[in-house]
Amino acid sequence: MNLLPIFRSAPRILQTNRFNVRTLSSCKCKMASLKHKNTKRIEGLDKNVWVAFTSVAADPSIVNLGQGFPDIPPPSYVKEGLAQAAMVDRLNQYTRGFGHPTLVKALSKVYGKVYDRQLDPFKEILVTVGGYGSLFSAMQALVEEGDEVIIIEPFFDCYVPMVKMAGAKPVFIPLRLKSPATTSINSADWVLDLEELASKFNSKTKAIIINTPNNPIGKIFSRSELQAIADLCIKHDTLCFSDEVYEWLIYKGHEHVKIATLPGMWDRTITIGSAGKTFSVTGWKLGWSIGPEHLIKHLQTVMQNSLYTCPTPLQEAVGQGLLRDYELMGQPDCYFSSLALELEGKRDRMAAMLRQIGMTPVVPEGGYFMIVDVTALNQDLSHMGDEEPYDYKFVKWMIKEKKLAAIPVTAFVGEDSVKQFEKYIRLCFIKQDSTLDAAEAILKSWNKS
Amino acid sequence: MAPPTAVTILSSFAHLQVVPNLYEFISSAQHKRRYCEDVLSTSPISPGKRSLLPGGGALFAGSLAQRSKCVTSLIAGGSKQSRKPAAVKLLENFMWRRTAVIGPLLSNRLAVAGFHEKGIMSRKLHARRIEGIDKNIWVEFTQLAADYKAVNLGQGFPDFPPPSFIQEAFCKALNGGFHMHQYTRAFGHPNLVKILAKFFSRIVGREIDPMEDILVSVGAYQALFCTFQALIDEGDEVIIVEPFFDCYQPMVKMAGGTAIYVPLKPREGCGPALSSADWVLSPEELASKFSPRTKAIVINTPNNPLGKVYQQEELQVIADLCIKHDVICISDEVYEWLTYDGTKHVKIASLPGMWERTVTIGSAGKTFSATGWKVGWAMGSGHILKHLKTVHQNSVYHCATAAQEAVAVGFQREYDLFGTVDSYFLQLPLHLHEKRLRLADCLKSVGLKPILPQGGYFMIADISKLNINLTDPSTKDELYDYRFVKWLIKEKGLATIPVSAFYSPEHREEFQKYIRFCFVKEDSTLQAAEDILRQWSESK
Repeated sequence: MNLLPIFRSAPRILQTNRFNVRTLSSCKCKMASLKHKNTKRIEGLDKNVWVAFTSVAADPSIVNLGQGFPDIPPPSYVKEGLAQAAMVDRLNQYTRGFGHPTLVKALSKVYGKVYDRQLDPFKEILVTVGGYGSLFSAMQALVEEGDEVIIIEPFFDCYVPMVKMAGAKPVFIPLRLKSPATTSINSADWVLDLEELASKFNSKTKAIIINTPNNPIGKIFSRSELQAIADLCIKHDTLCFSDEVYEWLIYKGHEHVKIATLPGMWDRTITIGSAGKTFSVTGWKLGWSIGPEHLIKHLQTVMQNSLYTCPTPLQEAVGQGLLRDYELMGQPDCYFSSLALELEGKRDRMAAMLRQIGMTPVVPEGGYFMIVDVTALNQDLSHMGDEEPYDYKFVKWMIKEKKLAAIPVTAFVGEDSVKQFEKYIRLCFIKQDSTLDAAEAILKSWNKS
Repeated sequence: MAPPTAVTILSSFAHLQVVPNLYEFISSAQHKRRYCEDVLSTSPISPGKRSLLPGGGALFAGSLAQRSKCVTSLIAGGSKQSRKPAAVKLLENFMWRRTAVIGPLLSNRLAVAGFHEKGIMSRKLHARRIEGIDKNIWVEFTQLAADYKAVNLGQGFPDFPPPSFIQEAFCKALNGGFHMHQYTRAFGHPNLVKILAKFFSRIVGREIDPMEDILVSVGAYQALFCTFQALIDEGDEVIIVEPFFDCYQPMVKMAGGTAIYVPLKPREGCGPALSSADWVLSPEELASKFSPRTKAIVINTPNNPLGKVYQQEELQVIADLCIKHDVICISDEVYEWLTYDGTKHVKIASLPGMWERTVTIGSAGKTFSATGWKVGWAMGSGHILKHLKTVHQNSVYHCATAAQEAVAVGFQREYDLFGTVDSYFLQLPLHLHEKRLRLADCLKSVGLKPILPQGGYFMIADISKLNINLTDPSTKDELYDYRFVKWLIKEKGLATIPVSAFYSPEHREEFQKYIRFCFVKEDSTLQAAEDILRQWSESK
């Protein structure tokens, strides 16, 4: 017998017949669970690749090249800046909601130089809880039911649930390897098919999300690629959310181009940056959105109705750090460039380690991840069943058997592209030498066990 | 070059040339109106052109909105082609053809007028969910206080430092190894959730699971946001007790819910309501607000702005209704440690039948006088908290690590010292108790009628007997308390907050005779405020 209708109508019975509530206590508990279900906006958004893999980080015996955060310390002046800020009484209390004045002014200085335009610190900048918070604010402010949002695969995994939570439909387009596999592939070999891209735009397209440098591949979109995207945005009158959290991690011979600086793009682009990635302090969770006032004001509305303001002492410290590095911009000891130089060595080392045992790394032009094709290892995982894509199985096997953690790249693609990407895993190389040494030791003895 | 006119604006909608059905046209028309308002308010178009555009734009948008309204009612039945009455199809055809004809002509003229060159988007920009929630009193009043360098008893934050033990904990945390500066557990730093669970288990009287029953958030504000987003769907009703912390209403609105208000009122027949305890809910009135659509009720105890601390009996009335109607209780208890005169703070989640339906919100900022740290939490049964976690993981994901570590250390210290004279949770209210009385006396002496709060940071005062001549023309259309507060800032250099801001739009006019003072300030600040009030009173 279907009891559901009885439970559903129970509240009405209670109201109209004035039953003694206490006699229906068992009924109450079941009623409670019915009404306490999640809202439609978060239906199906509870699962997450990190939930599955970050518990691994707690196990010290595992060499963790999975989740993307440095195990190298942040620059000392940034830590000192925080210690100093915490000592100032009023910096322990609320600051301006849309961004602490010291920070937004520093941002407008640094980015004013980068964009080569006057940035209004109060109207064209919003400080958020990490780059993540900026993505959320942009999505909630500007995307809704009926909209489509184009996402380039592989993508930072949060884009899809955020688009869905805003009620919109994600539309995918994969990056494709343009040349046949050789021993030396880099992220520039992954490109968009421009005709395919154009076909994804229609009158419902509200925005396209781009991530440059890209996580996980490390691709830096070239000026001409960005121009092609810009042309489509202008033609179809769409917004562009440009996730540029890794903007300073650019390796030799490559240039980071901001799509917002292309003609016609400033007025339709939100550019996202991150203090966590800029200063190697992911645990500070500060980021920012930069864009035209008529867009930023809507993100500010979301901010004032979701968390109102970000922590003050952290913002002060980031502001001071930015001002210090602003003076050094273009010089080798500017952290924006010195970190990239340090990481380039680690990047090359990691690529070499992987090649030595026969894997094919995709050498990134930017960012701190590298994806690697594991096909050549010929690892038979049929004993692990058919339910998961190969890369998930490979990573789980590698964690268990080799004590080395990575992230499966299909976590960053839509269902239709799984087959294309399931031979890749993602490794993070912003790790101290001892971590990389340990990884190297595991790789060297790979075939021995 | 022809100056832009109402007609040239139309061409920015030139892409509307192909409109398959009227429904799309109408909804996009409404969006265009919003777009017009958006761009016209911030457009980089030069002032000369701008003066033409607003009039033109508004005219166009206005007439289109009018037209869209009457046509919308025609097609209210549905948007399916087959179900449209013939009249609508005729109208649709007409409008489609009209746009198609005008479109190409206009797009040329607009292009000539340079409209497109600005790269301005011609489509609707903002999402409907943020309609009507852009205004905010804090932005306005904190700016005003700063502009006039007023003695600030307005916004609710201490102007004295956090206790030294918490500042030391923060310093220790940030020197505590690289992991203090990198991501921690998304739903709450392990050290923090463990001590919160331990601490509050003792108070609530049940075993709280640190991993399942707690979510750490960016301030209590974000905990409230997660709660509404997780639990309130379009069409759900949320009962809000007035006066309320102003963010509840826009948060309910953003979640698509409908706010239903029930006021605290001075108890009848007890003379002048001199204490927050005299402000009560009418049980009958409260019961009448519950309906089959009621999803949640929001209570705030101790209350901001009134300072009321709900007694056990009052919470029991609310609890009974929650259980009867199967409603979730959102209990904002950020001021839980600040109660005076021996008043006890009671957690509604500890009443029978309430743990499984209550989300209790807390704040490290208010607990440790460090509002700028923005560390808060939501606590409740795992089956409800898991939905808040889903919102959290898809909105900010992590909270700052070092601050959480410091708060954990603070709570461990308080756990060990609970109930003793060294406990900050005892010392702070003792410290504030005196300030509260001092401010109340000062307000009385100048003819204001304060309502002594049983708890919290704030005190409201009745300004109706003051008879000030408020002649500032810039505020003439505003409510009396708004006008008075602005006058007090500009003329006397003292900042407060108008209490009607904490009432629903429907009831605001009935409560425009109160202003709110924050007394959690250094003695020197309170002294400065007293001097201003005394001077004013003497000059009358």
